[in-house]
Amino acid sequence: MYRKDAIEKIMENIGDELVVCNIGVPCKELYAVKDRVENFYMIGSMGLASSIGLGLALAQPDKKVVVIDGDGSVLMNLGSLVTVFVQNPKNLTWIIINNGAYGSTGNQDTYAQEVNLLDVAKGVGFEDVHNYEDIDLEKVINNDMCSVVNYQVKAGNSTAPNLDITPEEIKERFMNEIKKN
Amino acid sequence: MDSSDAIYKGLKEAGIDFIVSVPCVNLTKLLNKIDEDPEITHVPVTREEEGIGICAGAYMGGKKAAIMMQNSGLGNSINALKSLTELYHFSLVMIMSHRGTEGEQICGQVPMGESTTLLLEAMGYPYIKPETPREAKEVVGNSWTATEESGKPFSVLLEIKYW
Repeated sequence: MYRKDAIEKIMENIGDELVVCNIGVPCKELYAVKDRVENFYMIGSMGLASSIGLGLALAQPDKKVVVIDGDGSVLMNLGSLVTVFVQNPKNLTWIIINNGAYGSTGNQDTYAQEVNLLDVAKGVGFEDVHNYEDIDLEKVINNDMCSVVNYQVKAGNSTAPNLDITPEEIKERFMNEIKKN
Repeated sequence: MDSSDAIYKGLKEAGIDFIVSVPCVNLTKLLNKIDEDPEITHVPVTREEEGIGICAGAYMGGKKAAIMMQNSGLGNSINALKSLTELYHFSLVMIMSHRGTEGEQICGQVPMGESTTLLLEAMGYPYIKPETPREAKEVVGNSWTATEESGKPFSVLLEIKYW
């Protein structure tokens, strides 16, 4: 099981949720697996996927927001665990695809091999904390709690090509979809 | 007009309804007013860069978003401002307490204070330094229009002598 396989499994559980996807190969893999206007592909700003998801979830409390993050990116913005926990957006599900590596830059090890990120989340105070293999993701997304899910995979990138849409297009179609409803 | 009230009134005129913040002693009164305003979602953040991400999400969700911070936070936010806010042309207002300016008592604030406008200029981001509450109210009141029209984050720098 590699990251792309995990993204396929995650997207089988996604209906009309807003999805914020982490920088780099994860964006390419999501684009290849299932492009949809409700996907926000974060092309720069490593570490900020959960922050973008938090802002969206607070601004759109009636929509479900799913963040597809990575272990290296979570480590880069650990403070976000604190802010998201305290803000407690019940419509947010934060999935960490954990391959123990900085995948997009050549699979260098991350400290997530030594530190259990779910324990960190529990230590901060999160109560709805799961390993992907133990849950029905659709139920977790639709429960009325701010959830953190660890999806353990092996390090490795697919050959998914670069996105052929511009940041402007990503934003426009994403925002238009939000405005529609 | 009180210096904090002026900015608050400007924010209301601009329609700002979502604010992330990292505090500065000079922003104390303003942050309290924002906290008490039920029309404004106020999200204190652990680090300014995180706040730039939250503002991006809030903007896409239909909010008029601003970050309130010390100018030191600009340094913590540069990559996010470039590779997120500017890359996607998100509108954003930045209200900054400009430390390290005339009257500064803490030497640690001076190097970043001296470089703040140079950094904004290098980034190509417009900024204004109002000197009076009347001017601040007007500048902040127009700030959302300014960021929307320029397609760049718009900064209001409030030097020590302003307060």
